[in-house]
Order: sequence, then structure tokens, then C-alpha cells
Amino acid sequence: MKLRRPDRGFATPDHYVLTNSRLIKDIPDPDHRRLVEQIRENAAETGVTLFDLGDERQGIVHVVGPEQGVTQPGLTLVCGDSHTSTHGALGALAFGIGSSEVTHVMATQCLWQRKPKAMRVSVEGTLAPGISAKDVILAIIAKIGAAGAVGHVIEYSGSAIRSLSIEGRLTVCNMSIEAGGRAGMVAPDDKTIAYLEGRPFAPKKAEWDKAVAFWRGVPSDEGATFDRDVSLQASEIVPMLTWGTSPEDALPITGRVPSPAAADAAKRDGIKRALDYMDLVPGTPLDQVAVDRVFIGSCTNSRIEDLRQAAEVAKGRKTVIPAWVVAGSGLVKKQAEAEGLDRIFREAGFDWREPGCSMCVGMNGDTGLPGQRIASTSNRNFIGRQGRGVRTHLLSPAMAAAAAVTGRFTDVRRLLA
Amino acid sequence: MEPFIHLTAIAIPIDQANIDTDQIIPARFLGKPRPQQAAGFFHDTRLDPSGRPREGVTLNNPAYAGAKIIVAGDNFACGSSRENAVTVMVDHGFRAFIAPSFGDIFFGNCFQNGVLPIRLPADRVARIRAILHELPGAEISIDLAAQSVLGPDGLSDRFEIDPFRKDCLLRGVDEINLTLGYEKDIAAFEARQRRELSWL
Repeated sequence: MKLRRPDRGFATPDHYVLTNSRLIKDIPDPDHRRLVEQIRENAAETGVTLFDLGDERQGIVHVVGPEQGVTQPGLTLVCGDSHTSTHGALGALAFGIGSSEVTHVMATQCLWQRKPKAMRVSVEGTLAPGISAKDVILAIIAKIGAAGAVGHVIEYSGSAIRSLSIEGRLTVCNMSIEAGGRAGMVAPDDKTIAYLEGRPFAPKKAEWDKAVAFWRGVPSDEGATFDRDVSLQASEIVPMLTWGTSPEDALPITGRVPSPAAADAAKRDGIKRALDYMDLVPGTPLDQVAVDRVFIGSCTNSRIEDLRQAAEVAKGRKTVIPAWVVAGSGLVKKQAEAEGLDRIFREAGFDWREPGCSMCVGMNGDTGLPGQRIASTSNRNFIGRQGRGVRTHLLSPAMAAAAAVTGRFTDVRRLLA
Repeated sequence: MEPFIHLTAIAIPIDQANIDTDQIIPARFLGKPRPQQAAGFFHDTRLDPSGRPREGVTLNNPAYAGAKIIVAGDNFACGSSRENAVTVMVDHGFRAFIAPSFGDIFFGNCFQNGVLPIRLPADRVARIRAILHELPGAEISIDLAAQSVLGPDGLSDRFEIDPFRKDCLLRGVDEINLTLGYEKDIAAFEARQRRELSWL
């Protein structure tokens, strides 16, 4: 098939790449090996830009896009992956599509769409020390539910969102899909423009000035109305983690495992089912639950800021359970190594690995064992997501590092004090 | 694509809300050729770790054999964009899904595969599921042109559908060919974009 605009296509292998080798021949599953070979062949044939295995720019597609300056305000950006919502952090309309629609875009540069409904989620105030973007988005999903934003695009606004770094905004927008929203976005501002300046695929010179002028006009108008408005107070957000099998099953670390008996009838069966799978006893304080393994990575939390936050907790401490750090791209890994973060992690006993999606979805073979409880900075705690019978708890990079050095869920604020 | 006009078939209830696409087809089946993906259909829900069918799982009840319609809970097929979630169900004979709401990406992917996702009010969907549990093997009739669903209790419900999607399903339209028919409009848009957004 001839692509209409190959110059607007970008590709990188992420789901199926190994995180302990950069060699295609080391991929044990022949079907998976073929997929990684095929992306190289297809890119050469079609002319799309490829950040291939072995190139330091390779990584998780939702880390690479913003990092390369491919993601820009005002763009419509699609990819065959639901976490494409991530790119909305730079003010793009970005959403995941299936493979048929990917083909349609390649052939026509178009998609058939109805205008979605608009939802505004405002987070006002100041986040307390030790509270990260991950805690913010888990608190939002807990409030509106996993289907809360179905049919909507979310705009995240308010002083707490504006005060987040671009990395933090990427984390928030990433999990829009876990709230049911196909896309999430943050209005571009000075931080967005500063982030993009000088990136390889960002406009240059006179084109840069023209682009910035356009980007300044992208934010919602003052007084714009939304189909639905939700607001949270930043000061009320504490470190969060999930206890169940849906991202909406999130609670503060200071909480206890919920009781089906105390829930309303419609939810009782679901809670019971989730607790059975998660092997949790109602009423147990969450900070008394023991963890078997830790994963720091994924398109949600594998950027430099995430690694810095985890390293701050890991520094001078020792892991008591197996713990992995998987940087989101070769460039994130290089930056972390330049800052000495890899040394902090290694000295603390973490496994420092090569970039890819890894244990978020385990398609490359990075999975847990049945019954294992994993503290994970990824985005989905679905049944079997990290391997059959594996129990996934979602939390922030700092909280994951805290679990790694204590062997149980721990309020990271205690370690940072 | 095969047109979707009428469908009268056995319907099977799946009660839980937020059934995600990882349940419909676990990730480890995705890298395989399509014929081998068929085994992934609700694999871990249907089968225990030793590969034996689990007892009490509706999907294993032979009374629903031949079902072509799933009647599900809220936010059915949420999660990943994997179109395999649609195709694996198509390969098991399913052509329509009824739920109070769907994952947005799954909802869109259905239309790419000639499959009809129908949204009905939550209380009505719950009632239909209850009847299907009481009368395993009961049928539902769907008339897309009339936008109606005839339940196993003989009650009929009207559903809403985007007119464009409806027309594409009724006629079995190939979307790429349809869009390429708008070549002039696409080219005109691109020319304007090159002028106004010249850095792209």
C-alpha cells in the first residue's frame, strides 16, 4: 500500500523488544521476532521515519513522540495504541485507534469522526511534597470511575495541572483512557513551548515563530463551556495505589482494603471478585500488604523525572525484593546515566534494563509468576495483565521505590521526611 | 465487508462491568497469526490454569452454543486498542454487542469489522441479561434499518446509531475506498494546511 504522507509517519518497536538485549536474534518467540523485523522492512518500504532497535532514540512510542518534538500543540495525532492519549499533554488531540483505522490513516491521512463531548477536570491548589502526577490521575480515576469519561475528551486544567512539568502532564494524560476518555489534553503554555524548542522534529527559525504564534491560539477560550465539569483539591491528594482489578479501584496508602459487605449491592459482587483475584482480606491496612516484585517503567512513568523521583527514594537504601527499572527510551536511559541515577539504582539492587514496554503488558515475555504481587508504575491492573495470575497494584515511581526497599506498600512520605 | 442488516440469534449474558480487552484476548495471544488467536477468546476466564473449562462460567455453558450476540455490563471492552478484541469475537461467530456503554476504541473498531455495538439503558440491559440467565439459549432479534432490538421477553427497544455508521454497516462499505472518493477535498485541505501551517 502506498502511504499518502510517509513524512508524517513515525515508528519504533516497543511492545515486543527485549529489555535485556538489543539484538533481534535474541527474541525467543519467532512470531515476535518477525514483528520486530517487519517494522524495519515496512519502514524502509513505506518511507516512514523509524527509531529502530539499536538507535538511542528508540523507546516506548509515547515517550519518543514528545521527546523528538514530533508531538506538537494543535496536531491530530493517532497511533494503534490506547495510551496515545499521552501526547495530549502538549496540547495535541491524540487518541488510540485500531489497526483498520491505522491503515485508513496511512492510505488517506483522514479518519471518520464525530466531535466527542468535552469534559473539564480541574485540579486547583498545591500538591503536597511527595505527591506526583500519578497520584493526581489515580485520584481523578477513583473519583469519576473507569467509565467516567466514556465518549468524552478530557481537558485537565487548574493551578495544580499548570504547575506540573511536561513529564507530569504526560503521566496525567496517559491514563485518560483508564477513566474511559479516549483523549486527554492540557492547554499549551510557556512550559510547553520551552519543552519543544530545539527538539529534532520541532520547527526551526522563522517556522518556529510562526508555529509558536499558532500554538498560543490553541488553548480553550476564557469562559468556554464543557459538557461535564469535575474538580479536585490538590491539597487533599495523598499517595495512591490500586487494590483491585480496575484502575478505578484506587485508594490512599493510608486506607484499608475495602469490604464488599460495606459496598452497595451493585458493586458488592465486583469487589468480592477483585479481592479474590488479588488475594486481599477486607479491612487490612494497605501499608501492611507485602509485595513480591517491583516494576518502574511504562509509557505512564518511565521519563527522566519519574526516574529521578524513584532514585531519590532508592538512594542509600537496599531493595529487599526483585525490582526493575526500565527507562522509556534510549535517550532517557542515557540522560539518567549522565545524572548517575543508574548507579543509585544498581547500588540499591535494582535491575537497570533496556527501553521498551516490558512488564506493563508483558508481550515481550517480561511477566510475573502466577500469584505474585507486583507494585507497578504502569497503567492497568487488569486480571492477567502482567502475566496469568499476577496481581498488579498501580502506584507512582516514588511509591514503587518505597515498596522495593521495604517489601510492602509504604507511604513514601515517611521515607522522604 | 459483509453488510449487517438483520440478526436473529442466541444471546449470551456477561454480567460484570468494565470487562477489559485483556480479558477478551490476553496479550500473549496478540503476536500470533489470526487463526491461532482464536484460542485466546476469553481464555483465562473460560479455562483454569491446567486448561480445563471452569465451572459456573456462562461462556462455558453449552446452552448458549451458537450465540452471535453478547449482552454485557457497563464499559464493555474497555482498555487497549487491540482490534483483536473484535476479531477474536467475530471469529467465534459474534456479530453484535449490547451494553449500557462501551470502551470508545472498541466501539469504533466494531464498525471496521461489520459488527454492531448497541447502547441501551443500563436497567434494560440488566433485565435482558437476567432473562438470558433464566432462559439459556433465548434469542434476540436486531433490525438495523429500524434501529430496534427485540428482546427475549418480546419487548422491543429502539437504539441510537450514528447515521454514517449505520449506512456503512447496511451497505458493507469499504471505508478506505469511500474516503478516497473525497480525494479533491483532501487535496484542497492539504494545500491550505501547507500555506497556513507550513512547518508541518
